[in-house]
Amino acid sequence: MARLSDENLVVAREIISRYPRPKSALIPLLHLAQEQDGWVTDEAMAHIAELVGVTSAEVLGTCSFYEMFKRHPVGRYQVNICHGIACHLLGADDLIHHAEQSLGVREGGTTPDGAITMEGVECIAACTEAPCLQVNYRYEYRVTNDDFDGLVDDLREGRRPEIPPHGTLARVRQHIPAASAAGNADPDSGSEPAWLASPGGDE
Amino acid sequence: MTVTDASPIITTRFDVADGHTIAGYERTGGYQGLRRALTMAPGEVHEEVKTASLLGRGGAGFPAGIKWGFCPPGVWPRYLVVNGDESEPGTYKDRLLMERDPHQLIEGCLIACYAVGLSQCFLYIRGEMADAQERVAAALNEAYEAGYVGKNILGSDLSVDIVLHWGAGAYIVGEETALIESLEGNRGMPRLKPPFFPAAIGVYGKPTIVNNVETLSNLPWIVSNGGDAFADIGAENSKGTRVFAVSGHVKNPGVFEVEFGVTTFRDIIFDDRYAGGLLEGRSLKAFIPGGASAIWFFEEHLDLPLEKTAVDKAGSMLGSGAIVVMDDTTDMVRACHNIVRFFARESCGKCTPCREGTSWLERILARVLAGQARPADLRLLRDVCDNISPGMEWPPKMTTICPLGPSAVSPIISVLDRFADEFDTYVTLSDRVTIPVTAAAGGTP
Repeated sequence: MARLSDENLVVAREIISRYPRPKSALIPLLHLAQEQDGWVTDEAMAHIAELVGVTSAEVLGTCSFYEMFKRHPVGRYQVNICHGIACHLLGADDLIHHAEQSLGVREGGTTPDGAITMEGVECIAACTEAPCLQVNYRYEYRVTNDDFDGLVDDLREGRRPEIPPHGTLARVRQHIPAASAAGNADPDSGSEPAWLASPGGDE
Repeated sequence: MTVTDASPIITTRFDVADGHTIAGYERTGGYQGLRRALTMAPGEVHEEVKTASLLGRGGAGFPAGIKWGFCPPGVWPRYLVVNGDESEPGTYKDRLLMERDPHQLIEGCLIACYAVGLSQCFLYIRGEMADAQERVAAALNEAYEAGYVGKNILGSDLSVDIVLHWGAGAYIVGEETALIESLEGNRGMPRLKPPFFPAAIGVYGKPTIVNNVETLSNLPWIVSNGGDAFADIGAENSKGTRVFAVSGHVKNPGVFEVEFGVTTFRDIIFDDRYAGGLLEGRSLKAFIPGGASAIWFFEEHLDLPLEKTAVDKAGSMLGSGAIVVMDDTTDMVRACHNIVRFFARESCGKCTPCREGTSWLERILARVLAGQARPADLRLLRDVCDNISPGMEWPPKMTTICPLGPSAVSPIISVLDRFADEFDTYVTLSDRVTIPVTAAAGGTP
């Protein structure tokens, strides 16, 4: 698997159609590729470049800037332990140290069975629930060392079916029905919106 | 203690089990603001928001109604970009607003589009917030189905698509021009402003309003109840309510919506209705009043009201609404290093003082913590800070396009001014530690 599958190609074209300029779809399409393969392959980037009409180098230029895009295979579960200031104050450093010992990998490493990649990351926006972590971007709050070990066991044994594989973000996709779509605002149109010309008109 | 009893404005559905669905939202008064707006002329809706004096809730605190007015006349189309890329350490009110009340945000977007003539809306959500993305996507699908979004909304001439867009992990994208770059498919690096602000030249070179999630979430209430009613709540220069997240060494960390200007830091940190005070037997050492970028506050600042002008005057900012409390067990040098490391990692690399300076600061502090401080390190820290933000004053003087680099200076100033003795302890410790030759010769600053 490398280029987008036929099924994902349909999704990709729908995403592109929502923007006045195709290049705007670049980041959503990279997420789609990562959802398909678990990481972003060179072939996927080349395919995306074709779809949005830019060079592969431009896709790589954008892709390499963002933390969430993995340019190499990672574990089925990406475990991101927050070490932002609130988590730091409530023991994140100890938790990361424990995770390293318990998994037998350093920060950023993947366990030999390919199950877990563990990273210490910047603030994941759950500061009042510190220390916290995300598994494939799903939250776990106020995590103790024992909680962490239990979580890893659960993940390895498949006891957390609500957490999708790495790469899957929103499992609900936006769908704009053709009949009710307002359409893109073409930046070159220069047209004033209708409601400013004739305001009001409630149902 | 003075604790306000004013009703919340935007967190009213946080405890409503189905408040995130269209059924729950409509049952609790949802979409009435949009219906009312559509009976008014767009200019009247804009006037209501100006009357309300709603300050932007993203961090800078600029009045939203005035920002809307900066779109150059006669230039079309105009776009709305919703900034849901919240990543400042300590802050997460916007995530909750998107997860628990997505329709309120959607309604706010539509009101803004109607008032200012914005033809398309891009709702940019931080990549790591998968749950918020699901809730907003589901809410948008419901809203399209019900005719609240899309073509001829509720039978009016208002036609706007709201496109859900998501990021991929970069703090700097929370800066409005970097957000626009990212939305256009580029690396999220800020654009120089002035001369051109997004309201004049934004997405695809067209006028663009970038508003924060919390800012837009206030609009349904403002239009339903009137700008005057909103302006009656809060303080002279900070109207309405504000959502604060209190975290760190407190008994009940949480997210609280309070009236601007009435509640004080002491209230929100110590009152049982809010964070409930420090853990047993601990005392307050410092607190961050408004996210990692803010200068730290201490005991003597506790009685300041939660209000923009008072906090600005005292030398810091309410910023992103994050209050992080540190008690007497905190190692201030370590806490300072933690925040500086954040800025060093998140620097986009566009401006040299920030790209080089923040990582130098981080490495010097790491060296101090490792017991390998050099005698000149404290002077060096000040020197690097001064090169990123000349004078090390508040508000910071800039040598960079955006405030990220100068923000890294804030925790260092806070600690150097107040806890120099803790630095000295580490430096003294270093005298007793043998420095490995390889580390000393490693080319560190």
